[in-house]
Amino acid sequence: MHTIVCVKQVPDPEIPPAKFKIDPVAKKVIPPPGVPPVISVYDERAVEAACRLKDKHKGKITVISLGSEKATDVVRHAISMGADDGYVLQDEAFENLDSFGTAYVLGKAIQKIGGYDLILCGRQAADWGAGQVGSILGEILGLPVITLACDIQAEDKKLKVKRILKDGFEVIEAPMPALVTVSSEIGLPRLPAGMALMLARRKQIPIWKAKDIGADLSELDRSKVHTEITEIFIPTRETKCEMISGATPAEMAANLVSKLAKMI
Amino acid sequence: MMGGETMSPFKGVMVLGEMTEGRLAPITIELLGVGRRLADELGEELSVLLMGGKAGALAQEAIAYGADKVYVGEDSLFDEYNSDAYTQWIASFCQKTLPSILLIGHTDIGCDLAPRLNGRLRGGLSMDAVDLKIDPSTKLLVSTRPIFGGNAYAKVVSKSARPQMVTVRTKIFPPAERNDSRKGEVILVEEKVDPSVVKAKVVDRIKEEVEGVKLEDAEIIISGGHGIGSAKNFEMLWELARLLGGTVGATRRACDEGWIPVTRQIGQSGKVVSPKLYIAVALSGAMSHIVGCLGSKCIVAINKDPEANIFNVAHFGIVADYKEVLPALIQKFKEQRSG
Repeated sequence: MHTIVCVKQVPDPEIPPAKFKIDPVAKKVIPPPGVPPVISVYDERAVEAACRLKDKHKGKITVISLGSEKATDVVRHAISMGADDGYVLQDEAFENLDSFGTAYVLGKAIQKIGGYDLILCGRQAADWGAGQVGSILGEILGLPVITLACDIQAEDKKLKVKRILKDGFEVIEAPMPALVTVSSEIGLPRLPAGMALMLARRKQIPIWKAKDIGADLSELDRSKVHTEITEIFIPTRETKCEMISGATPAEMAANLVSKLAKMI
Repeated sequence: MMGGETMSPFKGVMVLGEMTEGRLAPITIELLGVGRRLADELGEELSVLLMGGKAGALAQEAIAYGADKVYVGEDSLFDEYNSDAYTQWIASFCQKTLPSILLIGHTDIGCDLAPRLNGRLRGGLSMDAVDLKIDPSTKLLVSTRPIFGGNAYAKVVSKSARPQMVTVRTKIFPPAERNDSRKGEVILVEEKVDPSVVKAKVVDRIKEEVEGVKLEDAEIIISGGHGIGSAKNFEMLWELARLLGGTVGATRRACDEGWIPVTRQIGQSGKVVSPKLYIAVALSGAMSHIVGCLGSKCIVAINKDPEANIFNVAHFGIVADYKEVLPALIQKFKEQRSG
């Protein structure tokens, strides 16, 4: 079984909000200094899902990431978890793409890799979170698309996917190849062992440019964007925290209860 | 699809209707409300698509809620959502009716359907919109949606791609007002689903029964972070929650530790809640967590570390060890209840 996982490198969301800054003119987020970017949380779960399938059925996992050359870090992370090969898709023409452009480039790379049974993506990216790339990619490749998976089983070229609903879940059966987007409910990603980390560090991660994957640059032309961001802003919050005093925790608790008396 | 700036064949605002238990879903009534406003600003028609074996029975109700036109796809195959069937049928329908704006609920169905439909229609989609406006000069739909897990918002437009699609968060817009004297047109769509397009099939659907109050519906949430330290210590939070008729939530790190099920996770990769009272216990207030609870009317933070970020968003704060504060708090509330 051959699974291809699409992963994205994002600014670490586990930072205090004071470190989160935007550049409203460039309509960009300023990366927090000194905090290294990480693999997007859902994408890491997608790698985990691929590893679980490999544990059971053997086979191979290929990871691709569209981003800067630094994205080799997240590809290496996926390899240390159990992926076999990885590629970074980096080209000037790939910068600031919308969901269609991103899906187009990923699709070209996937067609070049070929011979797959399953494509996995995170349900959405932890940064811009458009939540569309996986589904559009599935449409481009003409595959069945199953979103928000929390469990994936494969048997005889058939997938059985449990997907999350607001108040429960449903089970979907689909023929392979298929595209599945993975939600965090699938469970914790594995921690790579020391040896795997070392091997991943040594692994060659080829960088593929537009010409390497046969991407038609006119498809990525600015005039073809489907959506544009005209403004970004941080909502203002005006809360002042009233510190509850008291000599002992019991006194503090009593003071808090009287403050909250009206509410509950 | 690319529509020209002028003389575009794409016209009107269309709502993709949803039904629950044989009635118009609340989100559909909300979308009819905001859709009516957008259509009036554009001087165009508001239509709604209803799909299902008994969809026709709801057509007059949809008109009463503001629709000028109701398209009815009356096929019992639509009674249960199937991604392949819905995508194919609605895409084909939109290619004939050419709506300029397509409003979809940010629901189980909408979240799955909208991006796929967009992949096929090649329009411009913005997901989880919390505000919708028509730009007065360009007449383009401007949607506001959360980015970076809700720490910032982006305004999104589609200059030329059509339809301009959005999934709209539930309970953001007020429901449309019902007026049974309104008149409208009901159109039966004859086209049937091509069964050969259905590759992925739903084989089971399970409703999860939640014990006690659902996290999203709870008015009081006691939430624990990494500082709680163990699964056993979460029992103290449960005791307080039960006492106040609320429930317990947690941060991603606490869920990752396995102290509490992941279904209790609040934040960017968990649930977004807006209770009356949110008591944040031994959690630092990472960006990814607080976006899930910022809608709370009152946030109380209990943390040993006076520098913890959670105090920046809390209304009341206690700097102390929660293991000493919570038992005292439980005691005081008990006294208050009995007194």
